[in-house]
Amino acid sequence: MQTANLLPLVLVLAVVAYGLAFMRSRAVAAPLGGIRNLKALPFYYAARAALWSAIPALVVLAAWAGFEGKVIQGIVIASLPQDVWPESAGQASLILSQISNVAAGKLNPDFVPEHIAGAAGLLETLREQSRTFKAILVLLIAVLGAAFAWSRVAPHINARESVERTLRRIFFVCAAVAVLTTVGIVFSVIFETVRFFGRVPITEFLFGTSWSPQTALRADQVGSDGAFGMIPLFTGTLLISAIALLVAVPVGLLSAIYLSEYATKRVRATVKPLMEMLAGVPTVVYGFFAALTVAPFIRDLAEMIGLEASSQSALAAGLVMGVMIIPFVSSLSDDVINAVPQTLRDGSLALGATQSETMKNVIFPAALPGIIGGILLAASRAIGETMIVVMAAGLAANLTANPLDSVTTVTVQIATLLVGDQEFDSAKTLSAFALGMMLFVVTLLLNVIALKIVRKYREQYD
Amino acid sequence: MNMNESISRAADNSDETVMSAQEPEAETRREDIKVEEGKTVGVPYADDPKFKLRNVEVFYGEDRAIKDISLDIARNEVISFIGPSGCGKSTFLRCLNRMNDSIDICRVKGQLMLDDEDIYHSKKDVVELRARVGMVFQKPNPFPKSIYDNVAYGPRIHGLANRKSDLDEIVENSLRKAGLWDEVKDRLDATATGMSGGQQQRLCIARAIAVSPEVILMDEPCSALDPIATAKVEELISEMSETYTIVIVTHSMQQAARVSHRTAYFHLGHLVEVNETTKVFTSPEHELTESYITGRFG
Amino acid sequence: MTDQRSQAEIVRQSLKRRYRKERRFRLYGILAIFIALASLFILFADIIGKGHTGFVKTTITLDVPLNSDAMYLDDPTDKDQISMADFSAPIIAALQTHFPEAEGGSARRELARMVGSYAPSEVRRLLEKNPELLNTTQTMEFLAHDTVSVYVKHADNPSYSIRLSERQQGWVDELVEKGVIDTSFNDVLFSRGDSREPGNAGILGAIVGSLLTMLVTLAISFPMGIAAAIYLEEFAPQNRITDFIEVNINNLAAVPSIIFGLLGLAVFIGLFGMPRSVPVVGGLVLALMTLPTIIISSRAAIKSVPPSIREAAEGIGASKMQVVLHHVVPLAMPGMLTGSIIGMAQALGETAPLLLIGMVAFIVDVPDGFFSSATVLPVQIYLWASSSEQGFVELASAGIMVLLAFMISMNALAIWLRKRLERRW
Repeated sequence: MQTANLLPLVLVLAVVAYGLAFMRSRAVAAPLGGIRNLKALPFYYAARAALWSAIPALVVLAAWAGFEGKVIQGIVIASLPQDVWPESAGQASLILSQISNVAAGKLNPDFVPEHIAGAAGLLETLREQSRTFKAILVLLIAVLGAAFAWSRVAPHINARESVERTLRRIFFVCAAVAVLTTVGIVFSVIFETVRFFGRVPITEFLFGTSWSPQTALRADQVGSDGAFGMIPLFTGTLLISAIALLVAVPVGLLSAIYLSEYATKRVRATVKPLMEMLAGVPTVVYGFFAALTVAPFIRDLAEMIGLEASSQSALAAGLVMGVMIIPFVSSLSDDVINAVPQTLRDGSLALGATQSETMKNVIFPAALPGIIGGILLAASRAIGETMIVVMAAGLAANLTANPLDSVTTVTVQIATLLVGDQEFDSAKTLSAFALGMMLFVVTLLLNVIALKIVRKYREQYD
Repeated sequence: MNMNESISRAADNSDETVMSAQEPEAETRREDIKVEEGKTVGVPYADDPKFKLRNVEVFYGEDRAIKDISLDIARNEVISFIGPSGCGKSTFLRCLNRMNDSIDICRVKGQLMLDDEDIYHSKKDVVELRARVGMVFQKPNPFPKSIYDNVAYGPRIHGLANRKSDLDEIVENSLRKAGLWDEVKDRLDATATGMSGGQQQRLCIARAIAVSPEVILMDEPCSALDPIATAKVEELISEMSETYTIVIVTHSMQQAARVSHRTAYFHLGHLVEVNETTKVFTSPEHELTESYITGRFG
Repeated sequence: MTDQRSQAEIVRQSLKRRYRKERRFRLYGILAIFIALASLFILFADIIGKGHTGFVKTTITLDVPLNSDAMYLDDPTDKDQISMADFSAPIIAALQTHFPEAEGGSARRELARMVGSYAPSEVRRLLEKNPELLNTTQTMEFLAHDTVSVYVKHADNPSYSIRLSERQQGWVDELVEKGVIDTSFNDVLFSRGDSREPGNAGILGAIVGSLLTMLVTLAISFPMGIAAAIYLEEFAPQNRITDFIEVNINNLAAVPSIIFGLLGLAVFIGLFGMPRSVPVVGGLVLALMTLPTIIISSRAAIKSVPPSIREAAEGIGASKMQVVLHHVVPLAMPGMLTGSIIGMAQALGETAPLLLIGMVAFIVDVPDGFFSSATVLPVQIYLWASSSEQGFVELASAGIMVLLAFMISMNALAIWLRKRLERRW
């Protein structure tokens, strides 16, 4: 039976368990003189039965469904004759796809080697068996759980406490998913990164100035052995992020100042939501705008004043990214500026300072730590932004500081290396994970520092 | 006792009757005491005043917070405003250097003259006004800068010192006048927020003095300070009265009695009585003043 | 006294200069706001300007003579004959009735390239369904060839290059004059999946893919987010574990989205062996990504429920869990819903992580389930925007408008919910 069908079946069983336990608790209570003589309301006995029936069954179902594919593949591979055992993970996936294509009937078994056809048969049997066992096991557990809960419907047992305890644990597990996600991220990048550093020395990766991950198809190709120095990616990322921040920080900060200090309520009420719309626009839309409108415009403009600009200039990607993070900077600055106590403003105004003098000499310095925290968060956002650069920045890893040149970024490389068919196990694929690791570490550090600064700043005025 | 809760205005507005849910044992029931609008007992006027205020009214949206107040503030006098909370004394004070401007819904009517210049005149510049009429706030509000920079802030923005040595002199003089010099002269570069509350408040006074204002407004300057710090600030106020006109809002009647020449008693937006301080505290003319200073409500 | 007087004079003299500075500062602020709003305006104007033509299709209506001789087809029910027959011949013949002078190989080829490349198969489908129509003349509406469509829609737009020969341009002009070539609302866009040919490509597949993906995301992140928020606000003890969880949530909210793509690739596809390109995996990845947003906004909603409500319920002997589930959660629900809708709108526009889990494949069929290969709206936009075929640009812009329409309505719903349901204490 399919996982997709088992799931509703388990839920139906849970509902049945609920109903049965509900009736039984009433039946138990009747001779005692009504449900007031039970330790808990019938609802709780019933809910407990439903939980005990559904939760263990669902956990087993999820675990089985999660791992059955891998286990079956392992058995199938192991069943192959020794001499055709795959030497690499890439080869293994090739053989496996051949086997499953035969099993699915997409490939005529007569056209493939005998061992593949045999393995396909085995695959089919194993899948069949797995399905059967899974269904039996899961349903058995569901029924047993329900039966146990049903037998424990007794007036002296406080079902409410047990239901609440279970719920609390479920809630905890949900909160812990955040931790699991972080752990998952760390592990998913760390293994491949370690394998990558097994092939490419870490020093070359960190300090190399040439990046061309294309492993050669022909021996005479340029950079045929692949170069994995991340410096050009790093500088490219920095260049684009710096342009973005050069746009976003002054514009965001000044508009936040104007809105909080000068604008009337009506202006604020119209402008703020409009600015927030900028934050809601999907990044793919910005990418489209950067690649098809801004980049050609900049190229033409540069040509007009006699400069040479790439049609995938860093400037185009950076400018549009800057527009994207304007609302981010402005809303963070707004929070921070509003956190400066009114008494400081009054103190300065009462001395005869103008509003701009008050802003520049008192409020801005007082808010500076918070603003710096906000800028760091914006920087982390710029570094991690993917779609704009994938669409508007180039692929060539140029080591340059010229904003009219084309550069590439860490995120662009991750996306390009992992989109489409990958050669498993090649240094090229693994390098994407190493880049992901760098990206994760850098953005994490920026975030941690920024959040610390912002929190410290808030405490100062609370 | 909270005045806002216990007192409600009579429905008939022309007859300014004040009612209260006063305890029955009170001898005088305040609902019997009448305040006549625009009528202030005592001596509200002076010859050649610094501030000449006539028929001042302040509105917060629809609410009339200050009701037809006329008052003169003489040169180099210390006048204190007293009254129960919510009576409008702070609002009135903040009219004198237009600190109410930043509140959108606040409107001020009437004639407010400083040295015969209308301070609410459309051509009147608030920056210049505030340079002449300084203010010290309830809570010490030093800027998060060094002690030196706090005091030097005003002179710097107004361009009062051409040379560094001039500025140093202004800072030293101001700190001396505020009685703070000896305490901080060795740590002028230390941040001001690290000082004690009393020191901070005196720093704020020094900051206000540094621009050489003619008038200093003080809005409950000691309410956040301990008794020793309060004593120092009060001493300072007495010394300053030789050079400056000082208007002080206070909650403490003892303080009013100690520092001020004249005392004005506010009640629900009315200016009830203005008199020599000794007279207000020994033989007030108005019943409301009497019941307030004898502590029957407040 | 003289000191005070002279200082007042200095202040008065400095005023002009200081007010100039004040005005300049204020101007900078206005300029900043202008730049931000102008960017927004240019962005929308650009997309609408590029995309409005995407909602228009170019059609050619022809009286097609279904002659069996011309098609080499005697019996439309015969599969072999059908597969060998020439279905473009009747279309060319139909066009030749308008242009009798167009004879010969090159002219016929150019005529054939007036209609979309799927036109012959439409003729075939018609005959397969209605074999009795053989040797009759039928009026059929075909999508114009993309080059024709570009010429009709964008003849005056310099950013489009016209790839029609002089002769073809003359034909098209004449047919437009006659009303044979016409433009109408592009229903193809909303009724089909992707295609290699811009005229034949639609976003229905992507919309359904997005819908399926969002359903998975919602089903996972909404209950989990609320449960996690309840735990952290109501039950979590003050200890290191709780702190650690909170730090994790705050940091996850700022992790670049592409990292979640790596997670999906390594864990869901690599470790669990789930298939690529399917809505389930996309939904799972986006769920993990939106979870922090939903947790943070749900916690804020729970926090805003006043303690008096809790105390009232506890006062009559309700257990902590009863207080939470019966009183706090229902009162916090509007806030939780609002936060979740905003989180879902973000997820709807997300592209980068889905690239890595293979939702970027070229998929023609409209997905029919959570486990069938699919793409989503933003990825479809990305694919079209990076296509070299010029007809796809207007489709990408049209897709963006549809995507923005979805997102704006979601946000409007959130605002409406907040206004409608939120209580103020």
